[in-house]
Amino acid sequence: MKTKQSVVSVEANPRLSEGYAVAKKILYAFSLLLLTSNAHAALNVFACEPEWAALTQLLGGDTVSVYTATGPLQDPHRIEARPSLISKARGANLLVCTGADLEVAWLPVVLRESANNAIQPGSAGYFEAAPVVHMLEVPARLDRAEGDVHPTGNPHVQTDPRNFLPIAEALTKRMVQLDPQGTAGYEQRLASFAQQWRAAIAKWEQQAGPLRGVPVVVQHKGFPYLNAWLGLKEVAALEPKPGMEPSAAHLMQVLNTLQQHPAKMVLRAAYQDGRPSEWIAQRAHIPAVELPFTVGGSDAAKDLYGLFDDTIARLLKGLQ
Amino acid sequence: MFKKVCWNTAIAVLSSHAFNAGAAGMGNNEAAFNPAFSLILSGTYGNLQRDPAIPATGFAMNPSPGHEQGFNLGESEMGISANIDPEYRGVATMALSPSGGISVENAFVQTTTLGNGVNLKFGRFFSGLGYLNEQHAHAWDFVDQPLVYATLWNNQLNEDGLQIKWLAPTDVFVELGGEIGKGRSFPGTDRAKNGSGAGALFAHVGDDIGVEQSWRAGISLHQTREENAVSTAVPDLPNTAGGVSNSFGGSVRTAGLDFVWKYAHNGNIRDRYLKVQGEYFRRKEDGSLTYSTTGANITDGYSVTQSGWYVQTVYQFMPLWRSGLRYDRLDPGVAHVGALNAGNVIANYHFNPSRITWMLDYSPSEFSRLRLQLARDNSRQDLADNQLFVQYIMSLGAHGAHSY
Repeated sequence: MKTKQSVVSVEANPRLSEGYAVAKKILYAFSLLLLTSNAHAALNVFACEPEWAALTQLLGGDTVSVYTATGPLQDPHRIEARPSLISKARGANLLVCTGADLEVAWLPVVLRESANNAIQPGSAGYFEAAPVVHMLEVPARLDRAEGDVHPTGNPHVQTDPRNFLPIAEALTKRMVQLDPQGTAGYEQRLASFAQQWRAAIAKWEQQAGPLRGVPVVVQHKGFPYLNAWLGLKEVAALEPKPGMEPSAAHLMQVLNTLQQHPAKMVLRAAYQDGRPSEWIAQRAHIPAVELPFTVGGSDAAKDLYGLFDDTIARLLKGLQ
Repeated sequence: MFKKVCWNTAIAVLSSHAFNAGAAGMGNNEAAFNPAFSLILSGTYGNLQRDPAIPATGFAMNPSPGHEQGFNLGESEMGISANIDPEYRGVATMALSPSGGISVENAFVQTTTLGNGVNLKFGRFFSGLGYLNEQHAHAWDFVDQPLVYATLWNNQLNEDGLQIKWLAPTDVFVELGGEIGKGRSFPGTDRAKNGSGAGALFAHVGDDIGVEQSWRAGISLHQTREENAVSTAVPDLPNTAGGVSNSFGGSVRTAGLDFVWKYAHNGNIRDRYLKVQGEYFRRKEDGSLTYSTTGANITDGYSVTQSGWYVQTVYQFMPLWRSGLRYDRLDPGVAHVGALNAGNVIANYHFNPSRITWMLDYSPSEFSRLRLQLARDNSRQDLADNQLFVQYIMSLGAHGAHSY
């Protein structure tokens, strides 16, 4: 043991200093990794869902750095308050979420544990998209016997592209408030987004003409805004109550309903288990259509434009 | 008839309007400020082959798991929480015991505006040490706590005091916490004194690995004192029938490690997920023991290092259905017994209590759960026990978000 030590100390100096330099490099790299890597961005954004991450990125350009808390293949109602979410919320100065209680199962814990004053409810850094738009399916009867209902209405507002215009406007106002230096940039990006988006909506509405009045079945009541926009007629839902798993008995009932009120297709979001809608599709002889539901929900839904391009394309394909 | 229908509709419209206004918090009345209120209803049926009062071998001076036989109304738990003002949030959880009476499980105030990653909590709270300690019974994955929690923490360490936590400003989750408190519950004893009677330090680190995996690991230290902690029916070397009553006083120091890892395909926990967790605690008690307080009454030095661990996994194999497996093990250690008691107190039990538990649960919704649990309990030497439990857990009212 002793001899070994003395061997090291003989040729120690060059090696040690080299080792020291390497250790220092590793330590430096590690601390870079640890420290919030987006220190240069004017706004560090914590987006609850991919659609708001995409919108914030479009409106914020390179002045924002966006973290997306949930993936397109995750049920947005069922997210855990994971340690990573808490640490990401700690460094954010703007939080962009759906609201309407969609994130009620995890966001309150994340916000509390993050101990970040900038993004607590009520502060300028806390932005909810749903309250900006007209909400549908506001329950007249608030009772858990009705399943997972949201007191202020159905939270899946991102399935109607028209909703993005007032949300983008409100979000821009918020970003200007938080980062006044970037005002011109935010306003310019909003103006060009609004222009392109309106043109895109006109294009989608034209493409979606054949969908008007088409009866559909949905797996989860996730598409009231899409239905309202395109004039799809929802005849039944596979979930007996919102958020409850489709039971065999209820699926049989839906099948009976479909014999009297035939539907053209059965819709589900990409994050949902395909089996219930495939089961119905086979028996009712209608196509099961998986919609991306959010950015990243399909290969083609790479951004917000892709989201609706692909949604319309899939619906039209289901109609054939 | 038509008139009646009209009336009903009118009332329905009116009431739904009033209701929405209330729900949105727009109603100009006191009720709009009512706190979130929740109630947990639970109950178990237990089928045991052995008397549940028999302690684990070598742990007669520790608490027992406290199982009950037959039909039992579990503790109903009532929770109330709300922001108090812009600075504070209050949380209270009352346990309604089936035999009557209410006990305060948690009653604490939390700061909400300190910022900079700092959270301060004061009042009565579950200590932040380990992984399971902070979880309320309705969130447990099994009917009972692991043996190491049952024997070393009397199921859960509940502290009256102050907790401060700091979250580091890093991408990786790094949380440091410290607590001081009265140390009134096991492993401490309620003492009439100024200052702090117990202290805890803990650190947690966690992150995601891709979108599918997440983990958290932690280390905890806890220190308190026991004074005149009397245990009855403790077996002894002379083999006194029914055991003797011993009293211990001294320092109690515990260190622990915990980890949890979760996996879900695409990170979607609704369909299927897997959770693996384990914890290890090691405790050193050092002081003096009075042997047979009602008989010989001999006091001499006593120190022992007890430890225990568990590993468990829970797998949701299809929506609503989960199954779990847990292995528990304890080590009562070899005690250093003072010369005066060398012929009285058992120093070495030559036995490591263990248990293996399997559970299956079904949750028709996020608010209800039914569970079947089978256990082969080898925690008492030569008294193996096959245990069966059936449990229901239902939650009404506001349902707060669960922690990780």
